Amino acid sequence: MSVTKGGRPAGTPVRGLGPPGETLSGIPVKEVYGPEDLAGRSLEAALGRPGAYPFTRGIHPTMYRGRLWTMRQFAGFGTAEDTNRRFRYLLEHGQTGLSVAFDMPTLMGYDSDHPRAMGEVGREGVAIDTLEDMEILLRDLPLDRVTTSMTINAPANVLLAMYVATADRRGIPRAQIGGTTQTDMLKEFIAQKEWIVPPRPSMRLIQDMLAFGVRELPRWNVISISGYHIREAGATAVQELAFTLADGIAYVEAGIAAGLDVDDFAPRLSFFFDVHNDFFEEIAKFRAARRMWATIMRDRFGARTPRSWWLRTHAQTAGVSLTAQQPLNNIARVALQALAAVLGGTQSLHTNSMDETYALPTEEAVTVALRTQQIIAHETGVAATADPLGGAYFVETLTDQIEEAAWRYIRAIDALGGMVAAVEAGYPMREIADASFRFQQQVERGERIIVGVNEFTMPEETPIPILRIDPEVERRQIERTRRVRAERDNARAERALAALRRAAEGSENTMDAILECVTAYATLGEISDVFRRVYGEYREPALV
Amino acid sequence: MAPAIRILLAKPGLDGHDRGIKVVARALRDAGFEVIYTGLHQTPEMVVSAAIQEDVDAIGLSILSGAHNTLFPRVLALLRERGADGIVVFAGGIIPDEDIPRLLEAGIRKVFSPGASLEEIVGWARANIPPRGAAA
Repeated sequence: MSVTKGGRPAGTPVRGLGPPGETLSGIPVKEVYGPEDLAGRSLEAALGRPGAYPFTRGIHPTMYRGRLWTMRQFAGFGTAEDTNRRFRYLLEHGQTGLSVAFDMPTLMGYDSDHPRAMGEVGREGVAIDTLEDMEILLRDLPLDRVTTSMTINAPANVLLAMYVATADRRGIPRAQIGGTTQTDMLKEFIAQKEWIVPPRPSMRLIQDMLAFGVRELPRWNVISISGYHIREAGATAVQELAFTLADGIAYVEAGIAAGLDVDDFAPRLSFFFDVHNDFFEEIAKFRAARRMWATIMRDRFGARTPRSWWLRTHAQTAGVSLTAQQPLNNIARVALQALAAVLGGTQSLHTNSMDETYALPTEEAVTVALRTQQIIAHETGVAATADPLGGAYFVETLTDQIEEAAWRYIRAIDALGGMVAAVEAGYPMREIADASFRFQQQVERGERIIVGVNEFTMPEETPIPILRIDPEVERRQIERTRRVRAERDNARAERALAALRRAAEGSENTMDAILECVTAYATLGEISDVFRRVYGEYREPALV
Repeated sequence: MAPAIRILLAKPGLDGHDRGIKVVARALRDAGFEVIYTGLHQTPEMVVSAAIQEDVDAIGLSILSGAHNTLFPRVLALLRERGADGIVVFAGGIIPDEDIPRLLEAGIRKVFSPGASLEEIVGWARANIPPRGAAA
């Protein structure tokens, strides 16, 4: 647990942590907890058994005894060939699911040869411009057996269409392909800031994807409601929890407004949370999240099937908590954060690599991160029983406190008219900016210790190898995209783009039109341009 | 009283990581600088136009996507083209140590690495950004 320290002059030795203590979210922490803290609380009703409403203790009765979490390392860089090679390496080393990172131009719906893509191609992820890139990315990967998570939002509809088209061509039935597209535009406007069109048309395109998913892709999670980026942008655990669930509420409302039955799509909404340094607060956050979502789905939306009540989640250790100073220390941070995610009952986990404050991880660093999960799973014994911390005085008290604080935010957002309206008003962005500035000031004043940064520092830094992206990648990728455009049946591509424009202007589901566009080798940028023309481009007010 | 030193903080490129630049903006503002923030997803052309239009004394650039070797030199070249190379340019973000000498050579006056403190950034700005009017 991270504890604030009042007024200790820099450089004085640390003996005890001393009063007062509080979590990273500012929840006060007492010196000791006991039965009096849970007096008058019905633990039976608040917790249930693992696998039973309200799922505080986990969504499965036996948790990891029945099925371990999925070890899913996010990867993507350079060209589709480079990333395909990394995926095959990870599968050979015991990874059980794929997770694709895309480069910035892809995230923003620009082709690699767009002037705004200059210098960015293949840097933070893989560049995908056309169906040909997707086919190379997925070459020789068993799409009917692995599940693939794609961290893509604004153009999620296009990338999903490319994935489906690739499976179609390989003769794999759509009912067999499994995976996730992130598709969480609300958190993009709040935190990650990669967008194409404004919030309301973005929600309409998501409705089309939800309906397409219900109709065609029984194993696909169309939206992964993500707190990760909200947290990384500087939110507290409470803000992360509250804003993420409020985003979830907005997507459920959108699905219902599109005429879908809540029980047809809710079971395939999944979540994605950050797991940060404050060990018990993080565990409590996952437990509170499950209880809150179950209540929201059952009582607010009247969902009837228990699977609609489940909050299934992926977790990733906190990139923002890694330090450039003494980078090997990051291995310890990641291990502790991963342990919290497992004790919190996550369904899948990405562990960050020690070198990620500098660049994308090297193969060696990724392997250590994956091994960390395997050590937790197979050596520590923490996965042997469901929710081992259930009933602990402190953990249950903290779970209740985090839940209460998160409900307060959700009520405030409801009062603003829901998350879409709150985003348009800049409300969550301001709350996050305030919290991150407060945290930075605490660090600067030495009230929060970051080992190796403001305490226990060393003059000599340990150099670690970093992954360099060859500038040639950009040239090769641009060449390929231009070749695909030159070789395709242009008349067919033009017809497909025109049909998409009509669907976007009207109320017809856009997904079938997008599928025809990608199959005709229309590029990601061309398809995104259709949306830019019909709906306009989003511009964020520059708030500080 | 001397007029406040004006700093344009800018995010060239496509990455949306603005936690750092926003924290730096508040710290510089609290320290008495006049801060103008461009918002996200700026091209080098947009950054330079804003700097000239706002008549700033310095530009702080932030990139976390790895595109710094392409975009920073482009900003500097455009400033020279438009005769505005008196503007002090500094930078931060995720920039590997071995890239720093080349960026300094290109004319970036200072590169702050991950973990730089606000105190360090404010202190550097006080010592190294002269108000341009006063410089002559």
